[in-house]
Amino acid sequence: MHKLMASAYKEFLLLIRDIGGIAILFIMPLVLIVTITLIQDSTFKTVSDAKIPILVVNNDNGNVSETILKGLGESNAFEVNIKESEDVAKDLVFKGKYQLAIIIPENLSSGLEQKVTQNVDGIIEKFGFEEDTDSLPKETIKSKEVKLYFDPATQMTFKSSVKNGIDKMVAEIETKSIYKAFQEQISDDPTEVIFETENFITFKEILPKENNKEIIPNSVQHNVPAWTLFAIFFIIVPLSINIVKEKSQGTFVRLRTNPVSYATVLGGKTLIYLVVCLIQFVLMLLVGVYLFPAIGLPTLDVSGRLPLLFVVAIFAGLAAIGLGLLLGTIAKTQEQSAPFGATFVVILAALGGVWVPVFVMPKLMQTLSNISPMNWGLNAFYDVFLRHGSLLDILPEISLLFLFFLATTFIAIVYNEKKNTV
Amino acid sequence: MIKIEQISKKYKGADNYSVSDLDLFINEKEIFGLLGPNGAGKTTLISILCSLIKPTSGSFSINDLTYQKNKNQLKQLIGIVPQEYALYPSLTAFENLKYFGSMYGLKGKSLDEKINNALEHLGLLAFAHKKIDTFSGGMKRRINLIASILHNPKVLFLDEPTVGVDVQSKNVIIEFLQQLNKNGTTIIYTSHHLNEAELFCTRVAIIDHGKLIIKGKPKELIDNSEGSHNLEDVFISLTGKALRDHA
Repeated sequence: MHKLMASAYKEFLLLIRDIGGIAILFIMPLVLIVTITLIQDSTFKTVSDAKIPILVVNNDNGNVSETILKGLGESNAFEVNIKESEDVAKDLVFKGKYQLAIIIPENLSSGLEQKVTQNVDGIIEKFGFEEDTDSLPKETIKSKEVKLYFDPATQMTFKSSVKNGIDKMVAEIETKSIYKAFQEQISDDPTEVIFETENFITFKEILPKENNKEIIPNSVQHNVPAWTLFAIFFIIVPLSINIVKEKSQGTFVRLRTNPVSYATVLGGKTLIYLVVCLIQFVLMLLVGVYLFPAIGLPTLDVSGRLPLLFVVAIFAGLAAIGLGLLLGTIAKTQEQSAPFGATFVVILAALGGVWVPVFVMPKLMQTLSNISPMNWGLNAFYDVFLRHGSLLDILPEISLLFLFFLATTFIAIVYNEKKNTV
Repeated sequence: MIKIEQISKKYKGADNYSVSDLDLFINEKEIFGLLGPNGAGKTTLISILCSLIKPTSGSFSINDLTYQKNKNQLKQLIGIVPQEYALYPSLTAFENLKYFGSMYGLKGKSLDEKINNALEHLGLLAFAHKKIDTFSGGMKRRINLIASILHNPKVLFLDEPTVGVDVQSKNVIIEFLQQLNKNGTTIIYTSHHLNEAELFCTRVAIIDHGKLIIKGKPKELIDNSEGSHNLEDVFISLTGKALRDHA
């Protein structure tokens, strides 16, 4: 125990003597979390302050294009700029000046009206409500195409949501046109309401409740756990460098001749770096609770969850430390440990669902994400932050994190023994 | 006391043995010098005796203890002063020594006293609370030495303990080691300073290409080597004048 505490104290001294290192350890994660949350906040807001400027070339100038423009304006997501020429709009978008250009074709409104009327006439005729008119051949009406130009740098998610939105808008216009055409055919009174055009099927999101109050997730509740975990796992880099440094400066050689086990040496590092992880975590919570509201972001709600959050942070920290100990033990130089550690954390984060939710990943990646400790940690944090889970709910995840710590530390010790046994 | 039997070591990928079938017996309380040109196998032999590297074949024991059976006992028994400064640059001299002393189970006031006494003997007490990275090479060598003797080792291995230090520092180190030896510590050291070894060692062994060439008391070796006036002459006559550069 005395040797363990002496090792921990030595690690503490080494850390506090490296002011630059401490600053990076504590400040960079805070900068990261503030930046990411500020960026992602708008995607969670129903009304965004920042509207995306888009171009619209209206070759129709009928009621359909009017409805499309109205819909775009009401979405509050876009700032609509009208252009006269398709070529100009295309050029501006392909140069990256605008994200999107929508080209509404000529005679869209009249074409749609003609097509719908033709279809409705056909149906009415089938039911025998109209006199036989088959002496007149049906005019072929060509389908119309709304063109979309996207900036090549636009992300797929943005493209999909725009396409879906426009698709929905067009479908609604078509439906309403059909209703209108039927109405005109059946009744002579245009004010008579025969069809209810309001949607019969609607949907409503039912949110979890706590004390009869709906818990509305926001960007902060999502981002703080995800990026806190990312920062905690970044401890791999300084920790592995610390171990490699000991090897290169000769102190590790001295320790190998001392009557102290490698487990004790690693134990000292584990204690101190776990404290570092927890300080990082506390700082992130403080930023979420106090700084975010001050800069216009939602407040991080930690009420009644602090003990469980600390439990998750401790076990996530241990998993990260285990990985750092293993990497430091295997790596021979800082040039090996630092880039590998940093890249590996990014891979673990990607697999863990920090950037892209696991459910949208391909099957193989979803399977792989199950073995990412960051995925276990993130799920545990979400259980506490968003699903209001209990200790029992997070038990599987924290058990996996702890097992991961034990396994990686054990491998590090065995590797060191194998390599240095005389 | 130290019994080395047919020790050999060949590093992975090396063409030749660094130490080859070496037999040696070192008595208790000796100051034993391992001498030889660069690449002769001195550091390899010391590293084997300190359990830092594994011999390819052969065996050795220290006070009848072996690493295979009595690892922790042996580690408590020996001290090693490596050629590199095995110290934490950002910690003070005192913090370094306190940490390494703790690794031998030493603690509290008795450890502090041991540290202060050693620092005083080696003229470093005034610098106890200065960081190692502000020290000169000679000062670091002395701290490197203290870190290895706080637990009063029975056997002390020193790999080039006076390399790169000024005459004053060298003298202080040699006097300190002689005092340790008087108090009962067996000293095994490697050096390129043959004059220093001649005066300091009770016995020396000259090794070359991993093999033992000769061993004995410095004076006897000089007397038995025709035309030699000092250990350096003996060394040259046995190992030749060719350069020993290795890649």
